[in-house]
Amino acid sequence: MQANRDVSVEVVKGSIHGIIGENGAGKSTLMSILYGFYRADSGSVEIDGRTAAIHSPGDAIAAGIGMVHQHFMLVEPLTVLENVLLGAEGGPLLRDGVRQARDDLDRLERDYGLEVDVDAAVGGLPVGIQQRVEILKALYRGAETLILDEPTGVLTPQEATDLFRILAALKKQGRTIILITHKLREIMAITEQVTVMRRGSVVADVRTADTSREHLAELMVGRKVLLRVDKGAAQPGEVLLEARNLEAVDDTGVRRLKDVSLTVRRGEILGIAGVAGNGQSELLEVLCGIRKPASGELEVNGHVLWSGQERTDARRVRRIGLAHIPEDRQRMGLVTAFTAGESSILGYQGDAAFNGPILLHRRRVVSACQRQMHEYDVRPPDPLLLSSGFSGGNQQKIIVARELDRDPEVLLIGQPTRGLDIGAIESIHRRIIELRDRGKAILLVSVELDEILSLSDRIAVMFDGAVAGEVAAEDATEQLLGGLMAGLGNN
Amino acid sequence: MEQFGFFILLLDATLRVSVPLVLAAIAGLFSERSGIVDIGLEGKMLGGAFAAAAASYVCSERLAAAGLEGLLPAAAWVGLAAAVSWSVLLALLHGVASIRYHGNQIVSGVAINILMSGLTVLLGIAWFSQGGRTPQLPPGGRFRPVVWPGAEAVAEVPILGHLYSELLSGHNVLVYLAFLAVPLAFWVVYRTRFGLRLRAVGENPEAVDTAGISVAGMRYRAVIVCGALCGVAGAYLSTAQSAAFIKDMTAGKGFIALAALVFGKWRPVPTLLACLLFGFLDAVAARLQGSFDLEATTPLVRALVDAAPFVIEALPYALVVLLLAGFVGRAIAPKASGIPYVKSG
Repeated sequence: MQANRDVSVEVVKGSIHGIIGENGAGKSTLMSILYGFYRADSGSVEIDGRTAAIHSPGDAIAAGIGMVHQHFMLVEPLTVLENVLLGAEGGPLLRDGVRQARDDLDRLERDYGLEVDVDAAVGGLPVGIQQRVEILKALYRGAETLILDEPTGVLTPQEATDLFRILAALKKQGRTIILITHKLREIMAITEQVTVMRRGSVVADVRTADTSREHLAELMVGRKVLLRVDKGAAQPGEVLLEARNLEAVDDTGVRRLKDVSLTVRRGEILGIAGVAGNGQSELLEVLCGIRKPASGELEVNGHVLWSGQERTDARRVRRIGLAHIPEDRQRMGLVTAFTAGESSILGYQGDAAFNGPILLHRRRVVSACQRQMHEYDVRPPDPLLLSSGFSGGNQQKIIVARELDRDPEVLLIGQPTRGLDIGAIESIHRRIIELRDRGKAILLVSVELDEILSLSDRIAVMFDGAVAGEVAAEDATEQLLGGLMAGLGNN
Repeated sequence: MEQFGFFILLLDATLRVSVPLVLAAIAGLFSERSGIVDIGLEGKMLGGAFAAAAASYVCSERLAAAGLEGLLPAAAWVGLAAAVSWSVLLALLHGVASIRYHGNQIVSGVAINILMSGLTVLLGIAWFSQGGRTPQLPPGGRFRPVVWPGAEAVAEVPILGHLYSELLSGHNVLVYLAFLAVPLAFWVVYRTRFGLRLRAVGENPEAVDTAGISVAGMRYRAVIVCGALCGVAGAYLSTAQSAAFIKDMTAGKGFIALAALVFGKWRPVPTLLACLLFGFLDAVAARLQGSFDLEATTPLVRALVDAAPFVIEALPYALVVLLLAGFVGRAIAPKASGIPYVKSG
């Protein structure tokens, strides 16, 4: 497949240049070529007017290009210092390099406000600090141009603000920064020039001052999109899901849920915001019947779970009217090695409609899947294609179709649109609102603040396993939620 | 005093049986720290043992035929070189399968074990016609004990003299080499550029790749080091500890070494301690056999004493199972070990 087609980009020295596009638009491929991770089939790169031959990351580093990857390239058991040294050790023995690195890091930390404990093991640091380590790594190698790939995806709003402050300081010192993102707000806030990519090609290259969020969004998807979800006021009815004082420990004995109490009513969406890894996953696992809580009570659709007479497991929880769209669609949502039809009955394979005395009714499975695919606009609409052959958005639509088709009373959704393009996001958001308006109870977990803000009627923020605060959607601001997400309390 | 002497002998035996374990475990440490799981330590040691004995025997025969008896000690070194070369070749075979072709590392390692178990005997029969053994080496063809200066003189001094002359002095050069390999490995792993890259590549090869370092290059270097050390371990078995190659003479030592590596959490010094522990158990088991007057005891005691060596032999494996199950601390392997590195995207 052609990931980049005749792409030309010019970046001015000492500026912050944004590259924006939907997932799969070819932004990351382009940057991987610049960094020597992949090789371009044709074309050239010029730095300071001279052609640079970049065939490997080593060449890129030598040419003064540094990259902060979306998934950090850090070795967790090693210290910050060792991570910075890796590949730039300054000799066969570490001794001399270590001394040099300590001095240089000291200076870099002072110059750019990049404070970090250089002797700490990287694995134990918060993600915001790990990202600083990545930036330090690039600067230590003498990077004049810094490429950041979706740098704010894992950060709290406050951490993102810190990052932008650091980037501004770097720019002031004459370094060039290329920021790859799909977040319009960041582009508007920090860049001077922005290149828009769509399906592997550059569709626009404009000065940030001359454009607007709406205009950029339109360029990205090639048609007008609604950035806000259209939805009326919620009409909450009786409580369908109630959790009281839930506690849970994970397999290594760490407390993951601390005294969590929540209610979700008919006809409303409760959004769970928070930085990934603050107990949201464990909460979903307890609610959907795959993790036993250490204590606490849970009632779903009039049935007591976990502590009642009946045993609790995912199958029974489904039967009492709860559907679950899991966070990790490839690991928990479907089996990538199954056909779409087989994936579309996972969890419901025992239904009389599909299950014969010995064999599955294959034809019925296929035709049910076919119908769902048309209804939910899954492309290509082929139930016999392997699940792994669909794009992320279409895989998610297969799962959404499967879970909503049973008309559940309560729906749990984790990261419904992670990694999806705007078209798919729109369609999934519409489905969720529709379900709410039909009087179902919905619990939505997402690390995307925009998504939480545009869908939820009430918002609970999780921090360190506990509910840090709960606010009504109309009172929620990014600042307020950001403070709660960072564990700063409700002030 | 007699008990002390017995204890010294037991420690002495511990050192002797620990040598191949230490060498193989340190070999495995280099491979696994780089992300290449090596269950083929056993096979490489066995192949090395055969190569050492065969090469040393042929070499000493030629030397004797040419009337160069004075050069006989060189035969042992020729044997060692052969063992190291052969074992490195096997390691590279494993390396090419795992690194170049992204093969399953367990399958490749097991294949090497099976291959060596059969091939050594086959070649032994074909070349020497002694049922798979190699002929007995003349004294010059082996690594002989090195007596330390003054060992004879102080042998009668209680305790210290005993320790010096019995425990420290009087081993062959490979024993000292094995115990030197541990601090050397520590220094390499924690104090050198190679070591830093080694630790990184077994945890997160992508980070190494993006730092401009060749992942495959690092891993090949690591498996070569692994092969060389396994070769030394093999040579020790056939040309130092005994004087010939015997069918399946490694007898599971490669697996015990692997167990010691897990027990030592992939770190040089704890791995050495684990090897010494397992070696000590082995030495005790050997002592127990036939050291009691069993006629005088009850059948139950007799059965227990008979079973003890087997129980002790199984102990390393049992301990590792407990360790991996999380009962005795935790053993966390290098994160990327066993996973072929394929550029994503």
